[in-house]
This record gives sequence, C-alpha cells and structure tokens, in this order.
Amino acid sequence: MRLAAPLHRLLELVDRPMAALQRRIGPQRFAWIFLLPNLVIFAVFTYLPIVLNFVYATTGGLAVLPSERPFVGLENFASLLDCRDYLDPSSCSKDLFWRSLFNTGRFVVLQVGFMILFSLITALVLNREIRGRGFFRGVFFYPVLLSPVVVALIWKWILQREGVLNAWLVAFGGEPVQWLLDAGWSFFWVVFVSIWAHMGFYMLILLAGLQAIPKDVYEAAEMDAASPWRMLTRITLPLLMPTMLVVVVLALIKGVQTFDEIYVLTGGGPGSATMLVVQYIYETGFAAQPRLYGLAAAASLLLAALLMILTLLQLRANRKSYRG
Amino acid sequence: MATLELERLVKRYGTVEVIHGVDLAVPSGAFCVFVGPSGCGKSTLLRMIAGLETVSAGEIRIAGRRVNELPAARRGLAMVFQSYALYPHMTVRQNLAFGLENLGTPRAEIARRVAEAARMLRIEELLDRRPKALSGGQRQRVAIGRAVVREPAIFLFDEPLSNLDAELRVQMRIELKALHERLGNTMIYVTHDQVEAMTMADLIVVLSKGRIEQAGPPLELYHRPANLFVAGFLGSPKMNFLPVRPAEGGVRLASGDRLAMPEPALGTEAELTLGVRPEHLALAPAEAGAGLAGRVRLVEHLGAEVHLHVETGAGTLTLRTPGEWAAAAGDRVRVVIPPEACHLFGPDGRVVRSACRGPQRG
Amino acid sequence: MASLATSGVLDLVTRTRGKGRLHWTDWLAYGYLLLGLFLMFGPVVWVVLSSFKSEAQLLEFPPTALPYGQVSVAVPGYPEPLPLFRVRMPDGSLREVAQIRRIGIQAQMVDPAAPETILRVDIAGREPVRALSLATENYTALFERFDFLRYLWNSVFITVTATLIMLLVNSMAAFALAKYDFRGRDLVFVLTIATLLIPPTVVLVPVFLVVAKLGLLDTPWGVIWPGAATPTGVFLLRQYMLTIPDELIDAARMDNASEWKIYWRIVLPLAAPALAVLAIFAVMWRWNDFLLPLIVLSRSEQFTLQLALNSFKGEMHTQWGNLLAMTVLTLLPITLVFGFLQRYITTGIATTGIK
Ligand SMILES: Nc1ncnc2c1ncn2[C@@H]1O[C@H](COP(=O)(O)OP(=O)(O)OP(=O)(O)O)[C@@H](O)[C@H]1O
Ligand SMILES: [Mg+2]
Repeated sequence: MRLAAPLHRLLELVDRPMAALQRRIGPQRFAWIFLLPNLVIFAVFTYLPIVLNFVYATTGGLAVLPSERPFVGLENFASLLDCRDYLDPSSCSKDLFWRSLFNTGRFVVLQVGFMILFSLITALVLNREIRGRGFFRGVFFYPVLLSPVVVALIWKWILQREGVLNAWLVAFGGEPVQWLLDAGWSFFWVVFVSIWAHMGFYMLILLAGLQAIPKDVYEAAEMDAASPWRMLTRITLPLLMPTMLVVVVLALIKGVQTFDEIYVLTGGGPGSATMLVVQYIYETGFAAQPRLYGLAAAASLLLAALLMILTLLQLRANRKSYRG
Repeated sequence: MATLELERLVKRYGTVEVIHGVDLAVPSGAFCVFVGPSGCGKSTLLRMIAGLETVSAGEIRIAGRRVNELPAARRGLAMVFQSYALYPHMTVRQNLAFGLENLGTPRAEIARRVAEAARMLRIEELLDRRPKALSGGQRQRVAIGRAVVREPAIFLFDEPLSNLDAELRVQMRIELKALHERLGNTMIYVTHDQVEAMTMADLIVVLSKGRIEQAGPPLELYHRPANLFVAGFLGSPKMNFLPVRPAEGGVRLASGDRLAMPEPALGTEAELTLGVRPEHLALAPAEAGAGLAGRVRLVEHLGAEVHLHVETGAGTLTLRTPGEWAAAAGDRVRVVIPPEACHLFGPDGRVVRSACRGPQRG
Repeated sequence: MASLATSGVLDLVTRTRGKGRLHWTDWLAYGYLLLGLFLMFGPVVWVVLSSFKSEAQLLEFPPTALPYGQVSVAVPGYPEPLPLFRVRMPDGSLREVAQIRRIGIQAQMVDPAAPETILRVDIAGREPVRALSLATENYTALFERFDFLRYLWNSVFITVTATLIMLLVNSMAAFALAKYDFRGRDLVFVLTIATLLIPPTVVLVPVFLVVAKLGLLDTPWGVIWPGAATPTGVFLLRQYMLTIPDELIDAARMDNASEWKIYWRIVLPLAAPALAVLAIFAVMWRWNDFLLPLIVLSRSEQFTLQLALNSFKGEMHTQWGNLLAMTVLTLLPITLVFGFLQRYITTGIATTGIK
C-alpha cells in the first residue's frame, strides 16, 4: 500500500530538519523524538486528568478551576457512601447514585450472562461447516459497528407507541404496550438492545477461540466414538474455557461502563429505572445545575476502583489462558 | 580501499562484557575473515566496525582516522547481512538505489552504478522485481549489489552464505572471491564455517569468547596454531589430541610408549597435550614393530579418502588416508606418529612446540 | 420426545462438519441463522424503509411494510395533478376518481376519463389509491431545512483528522518502543499500556477541564486531541513492528538513511497492514464517538452527526421522518466500509481482540 502522495511529500519535507536534529542529538536519543508527541498527548489528556480526578474528588464548591476549590477531604466520598441501609437506595443521601449502582449491577449480570450465552451458541453454530459462513458472521457482527446513538434511535423507532412491535401485538390480538414508559419493560429493552449491539464482538472472539482448537482433537475423539454431547462438554467447552474467561471479564468491564445507547434510548427513565452509574457521573458533573464536579469525580473514582478489580480478574484470566 | 585498525576494543551490554579488548590491523585490500563458534562475538565486532553498535572502550580507525563517533552511514562502509535485509516493499532497482539517493547522488550517476553492479552480478533481468520474487541466491546477489553500488572503502559481510544450500554456497564463495579480486577492496567477512575461512581469507581472525585467539594467513594458522583452541577449530576432521608427559628425549604417551622429540627441555612434570593432524598419521601392519598398537573401531569411506577411528592405549586417534582402505572395524593395526608433525601444548593451552612440517615460518 | 429435541439441539451446536446431505440439525442451524439475520438486519432495514415514508404515512398505525404514496393524476382543465381515490358509487360500483377539493364532509371529485362532470362524494366513502413510492422529502429537508451538511462536515473533519493524527503519533511511538534500545523504554511502555486500564469515562471531569483550559471547548480540536494517542494503537503497532527484522533497519542505516527516513520510508510501508487495521478501528471510534463530543461541544453548529441525532431526538419529537433519514445517512458510511472490508475487519478483531 502506498502512502497518499501529499502525505508522502510532507514527510519528505520534514526529513531535512529531522536529519539535522538527529546530527545534534544522535540516533539513539532520537527515539525520544518519536515518543514525544504521543507522550505529550498522554500526559495532558490521560495522566494529568488522573491526578486531577483526585483533586476534584477531594475538593468541593462549584468552581471549575482546582485552585478555586476548597479542600473538603473525603466529604464527597462520605456523602456518596452515606446510607442507613446499603441494600435500600432510598435510605441513602445520594439515593440516585445507589440506584444507578444497583441498576448497573443488575444490568451487567443480565446483559453479560445472556450476551455470552447467545454469542456462544452463535459461535458454535457458525463453527459448523455452513454455507455462507462469512456472510452470517458479518450479519451478527454488523450492529457492533453502529454508533450507540444510531442503535438507540433504531430501537426507539421500533418500540415507540405506534411502532412496528405494537402493530404486531395488535395484529395477534394484544394490547399495545408503552415499552419505554414501563419500568420493567424499559429495563428489559435496555438489556436486549445492548446485547443486540455488542453480541457480535464476543461471538467473533469465541469463534476465533473455537477455530483455534486443533481439528485432530476432534478426529481423535471421533475415533474414540465420543458422542456429540461428550464432544461438547469434554472437549470443546474445556478447551474454550480460557477464551471464555477473557471474554466474560472483558464484557463485564465494558458492561459497567455502558452509557451512550441507554442514555439516548431511555434517558435513564422512566424515573431512574434504567440510569446506570456512568450516566449518573455525566448528569452530576455536566447536565445537572449546579454542576457538582467533586461529586462526579468521587463517583468516577469509585467506578475506577470497581473496574480495577475487574481488570485484575482479567489479568488473571489472561494468564490462565496463556498457560492453558 | 582502506586499512582497518582496532585497538583494545571493548563492548559491554550493561554490565556484561562480550568483547574483551580486541587489537587487530587489517591491511588495505585484504580479505579478512572473522571465524569462531556461535556466540563468540563475531557479529558484535562487525557491527561495531559498521557503526551499528556503540563502542564501550577502545578505538576503531578506518584509513588511519578514528571513527568511533561517526554514524554508520558516514564511515564509508557497506554491509551485507545474513538475512540479506532487502527492503521488501522496493524493487531490486530501488533497493540498490536507496542508499545512493540518501547520499544525494545525481540520478544519472545512480543509474550508471546500478547498471554496472547489475551487470557485474548478473541480476539485470531482476531489476524490476520485488525481493519476494527472487530465489535465495538471487537475493544474495542483490544484497551484494546493494553494497557494491555504494563503492565503499570496506565491505562488511555477516555470514552472507549461511542461508544458502551447500552447492550454491560453494558457487557464491567463488564469486565473492572473484569479486574481491576484481574490486580489490578491503573486505571483512564473518562466518562460523572454517572451510569458508580457509578458502577465502588472506587473513583469518579466530575469535573465541570475545577474544582474538590468533590472527594470520590461513596456512599459518593451520600449520602453526598458537593454542589448543585454534588447533582444534581449524581442520576437519579435527586435530588429534593426546595427553602426554615430558620424558627423556621426548614425551611419554598414556599407553606408556615413548615418542622421541628432537627439542629437549620441556620441563619435568607438566601435563602436556600432543596434537597431530589426521592426515599426518600413518598406518602400519599389526606385525610391524613400530607404532602404537590399536584396533580399528570405525571406517568412514568418503570416496576420495578414508577416515579411520583407531582405539589405542594412548587414546582414540582419527586417521585420514587417501584412496580406499580394505580394513574393517575390529582389525588390529599400528599407528605411526611422526614426531616432526606433532604440536605440543602446555597446561595453559599455549603451544610450546610447533610441528616442523608444513611451510616454514618467515 | 424431549430427549430427542435436546439431543437435536446439542447436535446442532456440537457438530463441526456436515457430512454429505443436510442433516435435520443443519436445517435447524440455518433456521437459527435466518432468525439471526432477521433480528440483526431487520431493525436496520425497517428504519431504512421507514425513512422513505411520508410524514403522514409515518403516523399510520398499523404501519405498512413498504413506503406508499397516494397516486396523483393530471386531469385536463386542472393545472395541478389531482390525488386519486377509489370511491363506492351510489349504484354500488367502484370507480377511481380524482379529488378536486374537500368541503366539510363532502368532496368534489372528477373522473379523469370524463373531466366535465363533477361528482360529490361523502368523504367516508372514498379511499386513497396508493402505489409504492419513495418519499425523498425526508432526505431533501435535511439539506434544505436542517444543517445536515454542517454536521456531516464536522463528523468527517473530526474523523479524518483524528485518524491521521493518531496513525502518525501512534506509529512514531510504536517505532521507538519496538526498534530502539534506550534507557526507560520499558517504563514508557508500561505507562502507555497502563492507560488501557483507565476507561475514558472515569476521567471525564478533568478531561473537560483540560480541554476548557486549552481553549478547545466547542471546537473540533477539543474532540480530536484527547483521542489522538491511544494505548491500543501503540500496542497493536508495536507488536507488528517487532516482526520487522532489525537487520532491515540496520541496512537502512548503512544506506545513510536518517532515523526519520527509516521511519517513513521503511517502517511505515512495512507496517501498512497493521496501520490499515488500526485506521479502520480509528474511523469507527471517531465516527461513533458520543460521550466526549457531548461534553466538549455544546454549540449546535459544532455538533457531530451523533450529537445532532441525539439533539434532534428531543427537539423534533414528531418529526420522525427527518430523524430516520438522518439515522440512515449516519449509518451509511460505516455500513459501506463494512460491506467492502468485512473479512478484513472481522479477522482484524478476532486476532487483536480490540474493539
Ligand atoms: N543486545 C545484547 N545484549 C546482551 N548481550 C548480547 C546482545 N547482543 C549480543 N549479545 C551477546 O554477545 C555475545 C556475542 O554475540 P554475537 O551475535 O556477536 O555472536 P556471533 O559470534 O555473531 O554468533 P553467531 O555465530 O551465532 O551469529 C553473545 O554471547 C550474545 O549473547
Ligand atoms: Mg552472528
């Protein structure tokens, strides 16, 4: 593949000053020149924000500038964690945070569980010798590429009161349902839509895991007259386990961070029935008046702690999968 | 064309020293071969000369000028790599021209030099192909061509033939030697193949564990190895080594036999090693009075010559005799060791007495 | 019976090779896949079909599958084409007549075949004659009444610029980490990879502050720079560049190439496959990005397509037509890219495990 011509010329143009620079600092130290842009961007937009997050979380007030914010210690954390009964969000002073946390937990368990189940089944089906395998793989994968906003709007259009789903319901003699205005149903659809949107990705990784299982293992099992059931439970699934672990943890990490599609689909409603924790951070820090940056930062640190635990799990799963 | 001098050259990776103070002078126009077992530091030494590795201590001089601080490109060298290192995304022509373009050589000059190198190396029809579409030997030629167009003062080769099959290797060896004769440049050539070293070199440098064991013309090294390592490294089959002790007027073998040596005064109790090349040993019938009694363990017929492995009281000896040999394993024979062909090495491995055979010193 | 069914299902998911003619489990597999096809593609197809329906038809319940439009006919003596209706006449016959105008519950109609006589018909007794027709006004309105082209341009600008910057910046860093031996290299690598563990959502608040302090709020650069260096990109490219032989770079050094020249004449072309994979991902990430633009861009003329879509959802609660058309135009580029590069993308993801 050839570089685009203008880019080519631009890079050629840079060569002279770069060569001069190299003569001054030497070829080995030139590595730092290559690293510099990347490091600067990381420093400004990742490392600095990480540090600032702690500053925000331990300061109060409404000011944006950290220097104008009074230090409040762990007050933000205390107010987030202030509950009479941790199992009852309404007893907490920041009940919305706890509701979003509970919702996130419920969401992640359901979404990850069913998503992995369906991706596994789909991967197993697609691992058979099937006509148009590439096509079907693409079909299941396609929604992964759609933007969260598009995904949400597609389903909003289907689920609206005069939508096609209600039309079918009526055609089969049912009553139309306000899918997104009922707390239970809207939670169901939030889980459903997010499975719909992300399943293809996990299916693909599981499929790659399945295809990495050597064919001769199956041939040996066939020589041993193993039944299909035993092939699945004694060969395929155990050999897929390492991939499976990685996939589950990955899905958990992504699941906890879900925001966009739900925000557009239900806006967290009805009430706070489908509000997840990232939306809480966004609303607290950016949408609500006044903007409570400190509280949002504290909540995001709690989220980070949760993610850190999940990441450690992933590292362990990874290590297992390399050993396996 | 240029001389190359290394002075107390040292290379350290972190705290590990891999080259321990190498001194060497290569005259202008010489074909110098670095040879030694794997991991002895041949490539490291070559890459230091090339400027691809920094020098930890010591000095490198090309044509008398210190080049330690010069970057690779400005030392006036060209290198041929073991894996050829052809740019896979460029055609052969672009591969040859790349270096000259970087030097700002005029287009016409580039075209002239590329055409000339291509003619010399017989790769004219390949100029518009990519490296992927070339055979191993053709790639090798292109890699050499890339060095040739640069018209360097010194050529550097790092095991350039090791990826070729045996037949092609022999052919390329001859071509390289011819190239050297034609261009007359100084060439530094790294290999671990002693046949390459013996056949191509004007000057062989035997390296071991980051040190020079001996440097000199091939036959000098073959016939007058300075130590056990060089003696054992050059020659195939290997030189025979037998433990001996000094005795009245010669040495005593482990079997108890005495071997008369003309030169006296070998000390008294030292543990010595006697070395003798397989082709210098002779066989005598079992009934003969002279020689070391032994039994043939293995006979290897190579067609033009035979290798015999004979077990004697002094140790196992390998013999190399021309023609064919009717003996079979198990035969009783006597091995005659000609004292004038024997080397003696001291306990530290250094030679204490060289053979009188072979070309005379000087 | 139940056991037969379960063993069938098991067979479906366990067999890896079809032997000879189709087993009934193969049929089941195809059934599953067709259901998948319907579930995965159906919603998108439905939105595309709907986007070609007129505003009036969008309000219909139950909706028709395909977009229809009322047929109009030109009637001699009338300057404009008149809408065609099917009317049950007092004598019980059905006729297709054109409507001139509507007065209360009565409509004045005319038979196109006999334009002289005007008929009066009760509006309850007439039904529009319809035929398949694509209402493109949803799309044209996007360009005429809404600033679609601006949003499109914003999205394209951000996507293209951010992708190019990212490829450049990440490949430079990857080259340094893959092919140089310098003090602190491993530390830099670890620090880079560690940022993979920091999800962007977690540092939302301070990123907003940094962007604001740099004066980048409400500019495309406020979205471009924070995402211009990704740990994923560095990692992916580095791993790929490790496979480029060191000797090649040494050869280039001997050929008098500067380090910069080695980077763009040797390493970049050789890393093209990895760059292509990363480029596809980067385009996808940028084009679909939502949360970062949402906090950085607040003036509507700076909106990306995703933000515009989101805001239209609120503003134009009744204007589904335009919203659907815009949704279709937003998913179109990604769909086209996917259509052409499907195999490439799926294998890219399967081998790298990134999204
Ligand atoms: N980058 C490095 N860091 C540490 N040690 C190194 C490095 N490169 C080489 N070495 C060590 O230096 C020694 C010499 O290596 P070198 O590559 O020169 O050997 P060589 O003689 O060329 O061997 P071969 O015939 O196998 O190519 C080896 O022991 C090797 O392990
Ligand atoms: Mg080597």
